[in-house]
Amino acid sequence: MTSTATRPAAGETPGQAETGRGAQPAAQPGTVPPAKRNVPDPAERARARKLQSRRTQARNWLLFVLLAGPNIALLIAFTYKPLLQSFYYSTLQWNIGSQRAIDVGFRNYTDWLTDSATPQVVGVTVIFTLATVGGGMVIGLGLALLLNQKLKLRGPARTIIVAPYVLSGVAVGLLWLFVFDPNFGIVAAVLGAIGLPSPAWYNDPQWALVMVIIVQLWKNVGYIALIYLAGLQAIQADVLEAAALDGAGPVRTFRRIILPLLGPTSFFLSVTTLLSSLQSFDIIQAMTKGGPLEGTTTMMYEIYREGFVAGRAGYSSAVATILFVVLLIVTLVQLRFVERKVHYS
Amino acid sequence: MMRRFPIGGYLALLVAVAAMVLPLVWMLLASFKGQTEIYSLPIQWLPSSFAPTNYSDALDVVPFGAFFVNSAITTVVGAGIKIILGLMTAYALVFIEVPFKKVFFAIVIFALLVPQQIVIIPNYTLVASLGWLNTYQGIIVPGLASAFGTFLFRQHFLSLPPSVLEAAALDGAGHLRRLWAFVVPMSTPTIAAVALVSVVTEWNEYLWPLLVVDRPNMMTLPIGLTLLQNTDGITNWGVLMAGTVLVTLPILIVFFVMQRKIVAGLTAGAVTG
Repeated sequence: MTSTATRPAAGETPGQAETGRGAQPAAQPGTVPPAKRNVPDPAERARARKLQSRRTQARNWLLFVLLAGPNIALLIAFTYKPLLQSFYYSTLQWNIGSQRAIDVGFRNYTDWLTDSATPQVVGVTVIFTLATVGGGMVIGLGLALLLNQKLKLRGPARTIIVAPYVLSGVAVGLLWLFVFDPNFGIVAAVLGAIGLPSPAWYNDPQWALVMVIIVQLWKNVGYIALIYLAGLQAIQADVLEAAALDGAGPVRTFRRIILPLLGPTSFFLSVTTLLSSLQSFDIIQAMTKGGPLEGTTTMMYEIYREGFVAGRAGYSSAVATILFVVLLIVTLVQLRFVERKVHYS
Repeated sequence: MMRRFPIGGYLALLVAVAAMVLPLVWMLLASFKGQTEIYSLPIQWLPSSFAPTNYSDALDVVPFGAFFVNSAITTVVGAGIKIILGLMTAYALVFIEVPFKKVFFAIVIFALLVPQQIVIIPNYTLVASLGWLNTYQGIIVPGLASAFGTFLFRQHFLSLPPSVLEAAALDGAGHLRRLWAFVVPMSTPTIAAVALVSVVTEWNEYLWPLLVVDRPNMMTLPIGLTLLQNTDGITNWGVLMAGTVLVTLPILIVFFVMQRKIVAGLTAGAVTG
């Protein structure tokens, strides 16, 4: 504020300032001798201004640090610093809580890459992620299209469909564990009614993976539907009317108009659900603890198990670093992809 | 022209709603069933009575009262401070002119790329060395920083009319007064939406409290709930489902009462992002 107020005065020639706008420079009272009237020359004023602006700048810095400082300090202490530490720990052979650590260089990484269990863990991670992201987006879009129809009670229906998303992952995992009970659960009852035996959800690694995928989908699909619904409602009615006038049927309208216009929404959802699926933990811990036979051990679960169950903190940090790099690459690739492909309205 | 009754649409809607509601109803009904009713074939849908035996059993086996208090404290304090930190940071980023402001904004934004799940080992080591295991600060502080909230608040502050704040500045209102007396009241819908989403997230937080707490009287509800699962070899589904109801019911009530605001909070990230 102060600097902009003084700027026009400095631009004027001293004589004009005195005669033309005598009221403005209050700092120049009539007591100043006529000969010295021109003394507060531009150089001195500039210095004063600089001092002034340096003072406001210092005050601004103080305020900035006061307001943003605590949050940024916490981010550095509990996000950035541990990230670097994690890189460092990944070069150690070190058990959590132990005083002794041996520098092993990249041994943890080579161990992970050559471990016979790694292809299994990577496979489970890929299947779990693709199924929950792909399935979630398809079902979520379907639900959004449904909720976008002029149906009675669609408001309450939307609320109910979103509800599982706000529930604790552990609670959801436990209640579904009972739903899937091969003898006394709903799924067994429904399958029994059409004459099918219940799969061994608890004991067969493949079916256990299917089970946690279904539960992850059930919990998150409402959120995806909600975001797609917001995207659908943002599409202008006249665009759809124009398409109808041109004789486009519903399928053509959907493929040629709605789907492309939902591009940014699909992009946002693919990133967020991919990141959250890769980090999924609660449901797996509550339902299977990574088993049976490691059939539901994702990379995220492996980080937890190696670090806190097996106690191999160095190895766990190496897996964490690999997963972090994967998450980073996925995000950056998607950002690049979206710059070229996605339509922005 | 009369529109035909969209029977297919209603049928699909019914199936979707049933798929969401049925497991929750199953949980609720099971929480009133005795062992013999649960382990009966063909399955018995309704319990013979609605006596809260499983609930009192659950409360006897594990200290649910303490879980509830711990969850309430960590949620309210954690979400509250997080919102305040987010508001202060966003205000500083939008309204205070300092050099290198972009750098600080970058620090906030890039933190979104580093999930807390990735840094559990260093953070656990730090919290343990501070003697914070089994404490509230141990549960709360490492997750306190606000990155996403700051981002959303910043987006919102940038949309506020500058004239109001300029007028306040001319009236001699300092930055702190401008934040609390002008910016915050003009942002209540955004704040409420972000706050409710934070409350839900904190209430459901599982991995971090699981790592730093092993004393039952310091556990939050999701951690304590799993104690019911592990008590003995065979699962007592009735008691476990009673516990699950106790964990999910408070958040469901909050959700149904405030669903408009929560939905706004959930969509905010997508619309701005």
